[in-house]
Amino acid sequence: MNLTLKIWRQKNAKEAGNLVTYQVKDISEDMSFLEMFDVLNEQLVHKGEEPIAFDHDCREGICGMCSMFINGRAHGPAQGTTTCQLHMRKFKDGDTIVVEPWRARAFPVVKDLIVDRSAFDRVISSGGFISVNTGNAKDANNIPVPKQDADNAFAAAACIGCGACVAACKNSSAMLFVSAKVSQLALLPQGAIERESRVLNMVKQMDEEGFGNCTNTYACEAECPKEISVENIARMNREYLRANLK
Amino acid sequence: MTKLDSKIPEGPLETKWTHYKSTIPLVNPSNKRSMEVIIVGSGLAGASAASSLAELGYQVKCFCFQDSPRRAHSIAAQGGINAAKNYQNDGDSTFRLFYDTVKGGDYRSREGNVYRLAEVSANIIDQCVAQGVPFAREYGGYLSNRSFGGTQVQRTFYAAGQTGQQLLLGAYSGLERQVGLGTVKMYSRHEMLEIVVIDGKARGIIARDLISGKLERHFGHAVLLCSGGYGNVFYLSTNAMGSNVTAAWKAHRRGALFGNPCFTQIHPTCIPVSGDHQSKLTLMSESLRNDGRIWVPKKKDDSRKPVDIPEEERDYYLERRYPAFGNLVPRDVASRAAKERCDAGYGVGTSKMAVYLDFAFNTLRYGKVEANKRSIHNPSQEELKKLGQEVIKEKYGNLFEMYEKITGENPYEMPMRIYPAVHYTMGGLWVDYELMTTVPGLYSLGEANFSDHGANRLGASALMQGLADGYFVIPYTIGSYLSKDISTKAIPTDHAAFMDAEKNAQERLDKLMNIKGTKSADHFHKKLGKVMWDKCGMARNEKGLTEAISEIRAIREEFWKDLRIPGTQNELNTELEKAGRVADFLELGELMCQDALLRKESCGGHFREESQTPDGEAKRDDDNFSYVAAWEFKDAGKWELHKEELIFDIVHPTQRSYK
Ligand SMILES: Cc1cc2nc3c(=O)[nH]c(=O)nc-3n(C[C@H](O)[C@H](O)[C@H](O)COP(=O)(O)OP(=O)(O)OC[C@H]3O[C@@H](n4cnc5c(N)ncnc54)[C@H](O)[C@@H]3O)c2cc1C
Ligand code: SF4
Ligand code: FES
Repeated sequence: MNLTLKIWRQKNAKEAGNLVTYQVKDISEDMSFLEMFDVLNEQLVHKGEEPIAFDHDCREGICGMCSMFINGRAHGPAQGTTTCQLHMRKFKDGDTIVVEPWRARAFPVVKDLIVDRSAFDRVISSGGFISVNTGNAKDANNIPVPKQDADNAFAAAACIGCGACVAACKNSSAMLFVSAKVSQLALLPQGAIERESRVLNMVKQMDEEGFGNCTNTYACEAECPKEISVENIARMNREYLRANLK
Repeated sequence: MTKLDSKIPEGPLETKWTHYKSTIPLVNPSNKRSMEVIIVGSGLAGASAASSLAELGYQVKCFCFQDSPRRAHSIAAQGGINAAKNYQNDGDSTFRLFYDTVKGGDYRSREGNVYRLAEVSANIIDQCVAQGVPFAREYGGYLSNRSFGGTQVQRTFYAAGQTGQQLLLGAYSGLERQVGLGTVKMYSRHEMLEIVVIDGKARGIIARDLISGKLERHFGHAVLLCSGGYGNVFYLSTNAMGSNVTAAWKAHRRGALFGNPCFTQIHPTCIPVSGDHQSKLTLMSESLRNDGRIWVPKKKDDSRKPVDIPEEERDYYLERRYPAFGNLVPRDVASRAAKERCDAGYGVGTSKMAVYLDFAFNTLRYGKVEANKRSIHNPSQEELKKLGQEVIKEKYGNLFEMYEKITGENPYEMPMRIYPAVHYTMGGLWVDYELMTTVPGLYSLGEANFSDHGANRLGASALMQGLADGYFVIPYTIGSYLSKDISTKAIPTDHAAFMDAEKNAQERLDKLMNIKGTKSADHFHKKLGKVMWDKCGMARNEKGLTEAISEIRAIREEFWKDLRIPGTQNELNTELEKAGRVADFLELGELMCQDALLRKESCGGHFREESQTPDGEAKRDDDNFSYVAAWEFKDAGKWELHKEELIFDIVHPTQRSYK
């Protein structure tokens, strides 16, 4: 198929960017969206132009590195799918596709489609852990965990830290990401000990990073490639309230 | 000449590690605070080492090329992690895990190392659970296990199909905790480009800030390379796009020997290449072979749909060749057999480089069981199929979905098409028992080193090794070196050695930028990958390897004449990053072929066509090749071989058979 692409080009964090139009031809429907970008970049290099910078690594939908805003949707049109797992059979010959980076105050653009998501790392380092040093642990089966809690914790832990929830939200809220980690650890007996300080610290850091407030539009859940549930947000709100009451 | 001393402690196997730990010199806490350690890599090995060393009091600097340490390729591991917990009461023990691993490695690993690995395996699970890693559990709340890779006990711990992700996020949370405490400084989007050696000891690195393009000098009393495997030398592999050999290769060029470079693991069940655009390959878990039957048509170029090919015109070649193990033969055997059929012209799909993995037979079988369970009498074929599909969905639903996303085909109705793909590299930097390379103060952990897996890695053991190295081995062994180094003050980074190393890195970048040729880095990478795959892949022979060496040299020459990198050095430049990695792969590829050429035996993942039994199976040659091949870099295209003899006191090597 032949496609028209309108892609955000921005030289670096300081300069302004704009959409640039490119044509690609003979795209096979078996290609992934990123392989289509490979074809375009190969063309650009051939012409001596700078290829489009975009983040990607595993190309299996698990590392959370890929991050494209495609036709107005984080990770594009397919439900529960990262950009790297989106395939061209979702598009038609002659389509025009607009590709932009994640947009959020807390995720400044680095170059073209690459943004800086280090705010997420700082939120985790403010409390997204259990304080256990190597060697402290006792036999693993000394901490039985009800299967239901373990399964819920696992579902929350499936978050890949991609930031699509922030990009999809009109307020650029990071609630889904932060609540997934808070939930995972609060649900487990190992994590319960620090649950109050954890939620307070993580929410504080989240606010400091410039993420917006949550107004319950649920756009995050709809665009999350791992289908993380907004129930986690409710759980985090309860955790937060509980910690403040103490 | 470098002398290889594996430093395996004296004494009985069972007490070597305990004895070692209780007798090594220690570094006192106040001295630790003034000692700095550089860690390159934030995967399971790097992240676990970083947090553990920081907890002990060392000042740590950790580097990764991704935008966050959480994205290291360990994240992609699916199946599980082994540990000798014996929670299932099925007879597992440290000794059994040790034995299985030495045998699985086709007797090309060190007994002392492997025993230690088995010994600390149980602590890993304890540590991870304490961190909040959500492993699968039974209804009673206790941890669940499954069997993996043909072992006879259930010792594999898992978190659905996302074990690597959950383990890495656990290690990452420990790392981020130390970042918050100020004991680890994290350098994301940084790539290590040089090792700094002063008076024969590793004292730092040169790293490029991938956003600004600037080179930086970093001092460390010791340097740990935890930079992962080099499977991407084949261009197509199950590794992430950025996985590379650069860190290990720079160390190799500075004097660290490279162990068993040709030992590569090729996984039999991956989604096949769909066209020239292919950028990477995706694994389909090995567990599918429990219910899928592998076949190709008996007739060449049979273009009928698989469902239209009648039973008697199908060749279930694994069942035919290996009646005892059938579809469950080990990875290396299954991979080679698929290649043999495709090379002979029986492959399927548009590329003809694939075989069928067919669930129809077992779908019906499950359907019958279900029908009986539900007392449905005389069910129709359609009913049986539907009932069976429900069972298959419950077992493999997410894999079937992933397959459909990638191929656009529905594997419930049509057999999957699969083909082997490069998956893991057993070779890597040579290290001794303390995980130190031949450069004092330079260590290597995880997939980047060569230790523990011999010529073939068993499933679910790479995660175990990475975490063993980082959590439980290096915190002890590094003390034995640093305790002698407490009087060394931090060396200022304007020292001549730092300036030299930086100049080296700079010159290399300049050289790459200044070629100004016509072809992209990918162009050369694909060419190299094809040579490696065809001639140093699943089956190797003297003629092919000799040709490969000259072909790789020619590609390398062309690369340095005709490479094109648009843009400049002083900015984020993904083409420059790629080019640097491809340049190193072009040197490594040649060494892999040299190593494969020299090893005239077949063992594990290394199959030399000249060394087979009369019925076409791999034949080891213990009399001549029971050694680790450790290569010393002399000059581009020139190496000197050192041999570390392998001694088996406990497990006695035998030939494997699956007939
Ligand atoms: C698809 C897949 C499935 C797998 N499934 C399993 C399984 O079920 N069980 C199992 O046991 N094993 C499995 N493995 C193998 C296992 O995942 C890996 O061997 C292991 O995770 C490697 O960990 P590591 O820490 O050594 O390296 P990695 O996780 O690859 O980390 C490498 C780190 O080094 C950094 N780095 C590299 N080069 C540089 C440089 N020059 N400068 C700065 N930083 C650098 C990277 O940024 C990264 O942080 C699987 C592998 C794959 C590919
Ligand atoms: S919650 Fe979903 S969208 Fe947000 S970071 Fe996690 S995986 Fe991405
Ligand atoms: S590249 Fe890893 S999730 Fe898309």
